Amino acid sequence: MSSSPIALSPAALGAPDRRLVSLGRVRGMGVFLVLLGVITLFGLSLSIPPSEHAQFLLTAPPAVSVPPLSMPVRWVNVPLAVLCAALGALLIARGRRRGTYLIFGAGTVAFLWAFLAWAARGGTLNFEQLLAETLVETTPLVFGSLSGVMCERSGVINIAIEGQFLAGAFLGAMIGSATGNLWLGALAGGFAGGLFGALLAFLSLRYGADQIIVGILIDAFCLGLTNFLLAQVLTPDQTTLNSPSTFSPVAIPLLSKIPIVGPVLFDQNVFVYLAAVLLVVVNVALFSTRWGLRVRAVGEHPKAAETVGIHVLAVRYRNVILGGVIAGLGGASFTIGSVGQFSSDMSSGLGYVALAAMIFGRWRPLGALGAALLFGFSVSLQSFLAVLNVGIPSPFLAMAPYVITIAVVSGLVGRVRPPGADGVPYRRD
Amino acid sequence: MRLELAGITKRFGSLVANDGVDLVVEPGEIHCLLGENGAGKTTLMNVLFGLLRHDAGEIRVDGETVEFADPGDAVRRGIGMVHQHFMLVPVFTVAENVVLGFEPTRRAGFLDRRRARADVARLSAEFGLEVEPDAVVESLPVGIQQRVEILKALQRDAQLLILDEPTAVLTPQEIQALFGIMRSLAAAGRSILFITHKLKEVMAVADRITVMRLGRVVGTARPEETNEADLAAMMVGRSVELVVRKAPARPGRDVLELSGLTVVDERGVTVVDHVDLRVRAGEIVALAGVQGNGQTELAEAITGLRPVTSGSVRVDGLDLTNATPRQVIRAGVAHVPEDRQGDGLVSGMTIAENLILDVYDQRPYARLGSLDLGEVRRQAERKLVDFDIRAASPTVPVGTLSGGNQQKVVVARELSRPVKLLVASQPTRGLDVGSIEYVHRRIVEERDAGAAVLIVSSELDEVLALGDRIAVMFRGRITGVVAPGTGRERIGLLMAGMEEADLPPSAEGEDGAVTALDLT
Repeated sequence: MSSSPIALSPAALGAPDRRLVSLGRVRGMGVFLVLLGVITLFGLSLSIPPSEHAQFLLTAPPAVSVPPLSMPVRWVNVPLAVLCAALGALLIARGRRRGTYLIFGAGTVAFLWAFLAWAARGGTLNFEQLLAETLVETTPLVFGSLSGVMCERSGVINIAIEGQFLAGAFLGAMIGSATGNLWLGALAGGFAGGLFGALLAFLSLRYGADQIIVGILIDAFCLGLTNFLLAQVLTPDQTTLNSPSTFSPVAIPLLSKIPIVGPVLFDQNVFVYLAAVLLVVVNVALFSTRWGLRVRAVGEHPKAAETVGIHVLAVRYRNVILGGVIAGLGGASFTIGSVGQFSSDMSSGLGYVALAAMIFGRWRPLGALGAALLFGFSVSLQSFLAVLNVGIPSPFLAMAPYVITIAVVSGLVGRVRPPGADGVPYRRD
Repeated sequence: MRLELAGITKRFGSLVANDGVDLVVEPGEIHCLLGENGAGKTTLMNVLFGLLRHDAGEIRVDGETVEFADPGDAVRRGIGMVHQHFMLVPVFTVAENVVLGFEPTRRAGFLDRRRARADVARLSAEFGLEVEPDAVVESLPVGIQQRVEILKALQRDAQLLILDEPTAVLTPQEIQALFGIMRSLAAAGRSILFITHKLKEVMAVADRITVMRLGRVVGTARPEETNEADLAAMMVGRSVELVVRKAPARPGRDVLELSGLTVVDERGVTVVDHVDLRVRAGEIVALAGVQGNGQTELAEAITGLRPVTSGSVRVDGLDLTNATPRQVIRAGVAHVPEDRQGDGLVSGMTIAENLILDVYDQRPYARLGSLDLGEVRRQAERKLVDFDIRAASPTVPVGTLSGGNQQKVVVARELSRPVKLLVASQPTRGLDVGSIEYVHRRIVEERDAGAAVLIVSSELDEVLALGDRIAVMFRGRITGVVAPGTGRERIGLLMAGMEEADLPPSAEGEDGAVTALDLT
C-alpha cells in the first residue's frame, strides 16, 4: 500500500488569506464612505452660504509658527464630499485586496475635515489644541490597554484595570504630595497597581476563582477604599497629602519645533513619553522575543507550554503583576500627570474603556493604540463641539465618544478572537 | 536509547493503575504497548514522561536509574512524547511550535526566527518529515500537525519517542505515512514506544509487542510469532469473537431521506454541505470519515440538536427539518450520541431516572403530573437484566458506572421505544471488548427487526464490519457510497477527499471482504 499524496497535501485546505478583510466588510466600508460623502455634500456643504469661512489655528509653542488656515466652507467641503464618496466607490469596486484600511482611513479623514470645517463655520477652531487634548485623553487608555494585553496574552482576564487606575491615582497623588517628589509618586502609583495585580493573580491562579468576578470586586473595593481614604485621610490634610504638583512638559529639542505635530508629540510630560516607550517595548517583546513567545503560548495553550518545560503559573503571576504596575502608572498619570489632585472616582470608567480598546485592538498593543486614539479624539472633539455650540444637545455629545468608538471599531474590526486560554484557570493534572 | 521500566507501580487511592510493570525498549526498536482502554497504558506513559510519580519500581535509561520530576527532566534525558491530543499552539507557525521552550535567540532574548526555520528544515530533510516551517499550525491537516509534534520531539534530540494512540485521527494513507516515518526513525537508531489498541497496526509495524491488561503486563511477543486472535485473547483475557455475525440485509422502504442537507455552524463554517443520503428499513448505513469532517454535525442535524441551514430531513415521509428533539423522538428516532457523558446521560442522576429521560412525561411513568416512582424503578430493574447492565441497583448515579455500562444505559433507553430510525455516533468508543460485542449485536438486531440504522464511526474496522452500505464524508460532503467489500485503500482515498467518480473502477472486494472486527 503506497502512501497517497492527496491525503497529505496542504493545498487541499484552501484556507482563506486571513490578512485580507472579508468581502462583506470591504463593501460595508465602501457603502459607509459613500453615505458619508452624500451627507457631507448635502448636509455640510450645499446648505452653507458660499461666503462663510472657517479658520483653523495650527500653531502652538514651541513649534515654528504657521499662519492659521482660513477656508471657504462650501468650496472646500464639496470636493471633500466627492473625494469621500469616490474612495467609498473605489473600495466597493476593488473588493478584497490589500490597502483597504488605508483607503478607508483616507475617506474618514476627508469626512472629518469637512465636518470640522462645517462645525467651525463663521468662527475659529484651535486644531492644535484638539490634537493636544486627544493625546491627553488617550494616554491613560494606552496604559490601561497595555495592562490588559500583558494579562490576557498570558491567559488571565484583567477587568480590574479600573480599580488599579484608582489605586495608582490615589497613592501617586498622596506620596507625590507628601514627599514633594513626583518620581516617588509615580513609583507609588505603579506599586499600588501592582499590589492589586498581585491580588488578582493570587485569587485567580492560586484558588482558580472566576477572574471576572475577582476583577469586578477589586474595582468595587478600590472605588470604596479610595473614597474612604479621600474623606478620612486626604481631605482633612489637603495641603500636605492631596496637592502634589504635576510633571511639567519636557520639550524634545528640534522635534518639538516641527509645525503642527511637534508640540503635540514632542512637548509632553513624562507619562506620555513613558506610554509611548511601553507601547513599543511591549509590542516588540510580545512578538519578537523568547519571553513573548512563551507568554503567548501560555495564553493560548498552557498545557502545551507545560509539556515543553514552561512554568505556566509563574508566567501568569509575573504578567498579571506587571500588568497591574502598568495600570497603576496609568492611574498616577491622572493625578500627578494632569490634574494635580485626587478626586472621587476620577478614572470614571476609563479602565473599562481601556479594556474595550484592547479587545477592539485584537489583543495587540498597536491595535489598542488605534482604538484608544479614536476614543480620545472623540472625547476631545465632543468638548470642542460643546464650546462651538453646533446645536446638538450636550447629553448627546457626551454620549458620542462611546457610540462612535463602538460603531466604528465594531464595524471595522468585526469578530475578534481572544487568546485560546483567556480566562481559563490552569490546573496541572 | 535503552529504556528499562522495572516493577513500576502506580496507585490512585485503592485503584492500582500499574502493578509491577516491567518493560524494556531496545535501541532502534519499535515497541508496541497494546491494551484496552483502562489497561494502564496512559498512566504508565505519564509516569515515564514525568507527569505522574510512581509509587514503586524504577526507570533506567541506558542502565542508569533516573527520576523525572516534570516533563522537562524527561525531555533532557532524551525522551520525547507525541500526545494523543496534540500539544501544539494552534495560532503559532510550525517553526514557533517546534522551538517553543528551546528557542534559539540572538542578543537580549530576541528570537532567532531564521535559525528556527533552518532547524525545522534540517530535521524535516533528515527524517523525511515534509512540512512548511511558516505554515500556521491550525491551518494544517491533522496528519501534518502530528509531524510537527514529532519534529518537536526530535528538535530536543529525543532518543526515545513515545507515540500515544497516534493513529486515531488519521486516514489510512496518513497511517501508512506515519509507519514509514517510524521505520526510518528506528533505522536511524531511535527507539519508539507505540501505544495502541489496534491489532492490525501492531502486526504491521511492531518489532516487539507488550500486552497490558488491568494494570499488569500479561505477555510479550514478536509479530511473526503471534497472530491477531492470540493478541486479542491476551488483551481481553479470554478468546474473543473477531467477527460481527450478521445475515445479508433485506432493505425495505426508504426511512431516512436527506436531501441537500446543509449545516452552517456557529463559526459560519459550512460543516455539512448539500448531503443527499437515504437509509432504508432493515439496513445499516455506516458513515465513515476522519473525525471532524461533519459527521457529528450531520447526526445532530438529523436528531434536532443543531439547526439545519438548508435542505430537508424526512423520516418515514414525515418532514423533520429543524424539528425539536422531542418531535424527533416522537417520530420514532433513537439517538446514541457521540459524547455519552455530555449528551447521552445526566451523570449525577440515577440509572432509573436516566432510563426515562425521553418518556418521563408519559404513561406509565407519569400520572396527573407526577412521577410513579415505583413503576420507574420496576421498569429500570427489568432493563438492567434485559440489557445486561452491571450495577448494584437502579438507584445508583449513572456516573459511577464503567464506560461500557453507561453506554448500555443509553442504548437501553433509546431502544426501549418503537424505533424506525437509529442514529448511533461512535457507539463503541472507549468500550471494552465485551461491551463492543454487545452493542454491535444490539444494533444488528434492531436492523433485523426492520429499523433503518445510521452509524457514524471514525473507526474504519467498525464501519467495514457493521455497514451494509458505507458512505464516506470529507469536509461536509459525501464523497462516495460504497459496498462493505470495498478495499480500505479506496475508502481511504474517499476519506481524504477524492470523489468516487474520480477513482478507477474497483474490482469487487479488492482486498477481500473485510468483516473481521479489530476490537476497536
